[in-house]
Amino acid sequence: MTSLLETLFTTPLWSGLIKAIAVFSLLMLTALVLVWFERRVVAFMQNRIGPNRAGPFGILQTLADGLKLMFKEGIRPRKVEVGMYLAAPIAAMIPAFLIFMVVPIGAPIHIGDATVTLQGADLNVGLLVVLAKSSLAVYSIVLAGWASGSKYPLLGGVRATAQMISYEAAMGLALVPVVVLASAQLAGGDVGLGTMSFATIVELQQGSFRGPIPGWFVFWLLPSFVIFFTAAVAETNRAPFDLVEAESEIVGGYHTEYSGFRFAMFFLAEYINMFNVCAIAVTLFLGGWLGPGADLPYVGWAVPIFWFLVKTYALLFLLVWIRATLPRFRYDQLMSLGWKRLIPISLVWLVLFALVRAWQSFGAPWS
Amino acid sequence: MVELVLFVVFAAAALFGAVTMVWARNPVYSAMGLMLSMFSVAVFYVSNGAHFIAAVQVIIYAGAVMTLFLFVIMLIGVDKAETRTENLPLQRPAALGLIALFGAGVVVAGRSAWVTGRTVSPGSPIDGSIEEVGGELFNNWLLPFEITALLLIIAAAGAIALAFFRDDEEGDA
Amino acid sequence: MSLIDYLPIAIMFGIAVGFAVASLVLSRLIGPKNPTPEKLEPYECGIVPLQDPVQRFPVKFYLVAMLFVIFDIEIVFLFAWAVRFHDLGWYGVGAVGVFTLLLIETLVYVWKRGALDWNIAHRRRRVVDRQLREAA
Repeated sequence: MTSLLETLFTTPLWSGLIKAIAVFSLLMLTALVLVWFERRVVAFMQNRIGPNRAGPFGILQTLADGLKLMFKEGIRPRKVEVGMYLAAPIAAMIPAFLIFMVVPIGAPIHIGDATVTLQGADLNVGLLVVLAKSSLAVYSIVLAGWASGSKYPLLGGVRATAQMISYEAAMGLALVPVVVLASAQLAGGDVGLGTMSFATIVELQQGSFRGPIPGWFVFWLLPSFVIFFTAAVAETNRAPFDLVEAESEIVGGYHTEYSGFRFAMFFLAEYINMFNVCAIAVTLFLGGWLGPGADLPYVGWAVPIFWFLVKTYALLFLLVWIRATLPRFRYDQLMSLGWKRLIPISLVWLVLFALVRAWQSFGAPWS
Repeated sequence: MVELVLFVVFAAAALFGAVTMVWARNPVYSAMGLMLSMFSVAVFYVSNGAHFIAAVQVIIYAGAVMTLFLFVIMLIGVDKAETRTENLPLQRPAALGLIALFGAGVVVAGRSAWVTGRTVSPGSPIDGSIEEVGGELFNNWLLPFEITALLLIIAAAGAIALAFFRDDEEGDA
Repeated sequence: MSLIDYLPIAIMFGIAVGFAVASLVLSRLIGPKNPTPEKLEPYECGIVPLQDPVQRFPVKFYLVAMLFVIFDIEIVFLFAWAVRFHDLGWYGVGAVGVFTLLLIETLVYVWKRGALDWNIAHRRRRVVDRQLREAA
C-alpha cells in the first residue's frame, strides 16, 4: 500500500495529475461554499436571513443555482463577434485555476521515504506569476466587453481594463518589499528555489517577530499588506471597486450580454479569484500554513491545511465585510486612489524600507 | 524529446499567431494573434531555462504592451473599415524584396556559427533564474540599467506630448 | 528547477480548458433554444437600441496604458534587485535608489501635467486658475 502511494507521488506524471485534480476540486468546492458564505454574511450584516433552504443552512444553494443556470438558454445576441464572444468565458476561467497552482496549502507530507509538497508547482519566479496572471485576466474582460457588440459591455470592459492595470502597478510595487525582506531574512543562506518561491517565503516566516508575536511578514510590512490587499480587491473587481459591473450605470458591465452557463463561468472565475488573492495574501504576509499543532499524532499533516484555510477565510470575511460596508467609488476617485495614493505611497515605502533594512543588515553606509 | 514537442507545437502556434496578426481584417483579432505569438515565445524561454525572461515576456509583452495596443485600437475606433488604397507607391514589390532579403538572411544565419560567437553546449541547462539575471544586471550592466530609467521618462513625456497638445488646452477627455 | 516542474501547471491548464468547454457544450445540449428577434437585440434596458455602441474612447485610457507599461518595466527591474538585496548590499540600494528617484520623477511629471486627473472639472479649474493668475 505504502509503496503504491510512494510510486504515485514520486512519478511526475501521476503526482502532477493528482495535484491538479486536487487543486481543481478544492477550487470548485471553495467557489460553491464562498458564494453561499458571502450571501449569508452580507445577509446577516443587513439584518436579513439569506439563502437557507437548499441543504443544511442553505449551503447547497450555489449548487442549485449552478444547475439551474446549466438548464437555461444561452442567448447569443445578434451583434456579437462569435469567436471572441465564446472564448471570453473560457479565458476568464483559465488564469483563475492556474494561479492557485503556485500556492502552498500545507506543510510537505512524508509518505514512506518520499516527501510530497502540498503545492502544485514551486516556481523560481513564483511571485511574478501573480502579476502575469493578472495581466492575462484582463483579456477575458476586455474581449467579453468588445465582442458583445453592445454599449454597456464595452464601457464596462474598457473601464475594467484601465482599473485592473492601474492597480496591478500598485500591487507589483507592494510586492517588492516582500522579496527584499525575504532576501534579507535568508541572508545569503541556502536559497533553494530562490527568494521568490512561495514555499521559501512561507518557510522564512517561521520564528518570531518580537517575543510571542509570530514572524509573519505582515508585522514588518504592514503598509505593503494594506496596499496589496486594497489592490487585490480592485483586481478582483469587488465592491467598492466594482465599477466594472456598476448596475446603476452600466447594467452588468462586461457580462451584460452573457446568459446561462456562460455567465456562470464569469461568476465562478470571480469567486475563485477572490479565494486566490486571499490565499496569496495569506501566504506572503500571514505565514501561509504556519500555525501551532503540526506535530500532533495522526492529524498533524492536516493541521497546516486547517490554518491555511482559517486564515484565508478570515481575509475572505474581511472582503465580504468591506463589500457590505463601503459604497462604490466614482471612476475618477478610483483612478486617483490608484495613481495618486497607492503608487506614490508604495514607492516611498519601498525606499524607506530598503534603507532601514539595509542599515540593519549592512550597518551605516559610511562604516 | 519534451523540448522538441514543445518547440514544434509552440512554433506552430507562434507562426499561426503571426499570420493571424497580419491577415486579420479586424484589428482586435490581429492583437489576439500577436498575443498568441508572444505567449508562445514565453514557452520557448521556459523550455530554455530562462524562467525570469519568460515571466517578463508574459507580464510586459503579453500583458502591458498588448493592453496598450488594445486601447490604441479602441482609441482609433474598432470597426473602422480598413482602407485598401495604398499611399506608398511600390509598396508590394518592396515588401516582396524585403521578404526575399529576410529569407536570405535566415539561410545565411542558419548555415554559419559566427553569429554571436558565444558557444552554448547543448544539453547543459542555462540558469536563467531571476537571481542570476539580477546579479548579472547589477554587477555588469549597471549603466544600461540606469539609462533604462531615463528612457522610460522619455516615454512618459512622449505619451503626454501625444495626448495633450498644449498645456492650457483641454485634453480629448 | 526543470521543465518537469511545470507539468502540474500544464495538466491544470488541460483540466481547466476541458471543464470549461465540456460544461459549455453540456449546457448547450440541455438548455432550451428558442431565439426571437427581440431577444437577440443588444441589451438596452427594455427598449429598442437606438445607437450602436461608441467606437472611440478618450485618450486618457491610452495614457493610463502607457504609464502602466512604464511602471511594469520598472517593477520587473525592482524585483531583479530585490532577490539580490542581501549580497548587493549598499551598492544595490544606491543603484536602485537612483532608479527609483527617476521613477518618482516620472510620476511627479505626469501628475503635474494632469495626466492623472480623471475629473475634467479639476483640470479645467486649474487651467482657469492659471489664466486668472496670468490676467492679474
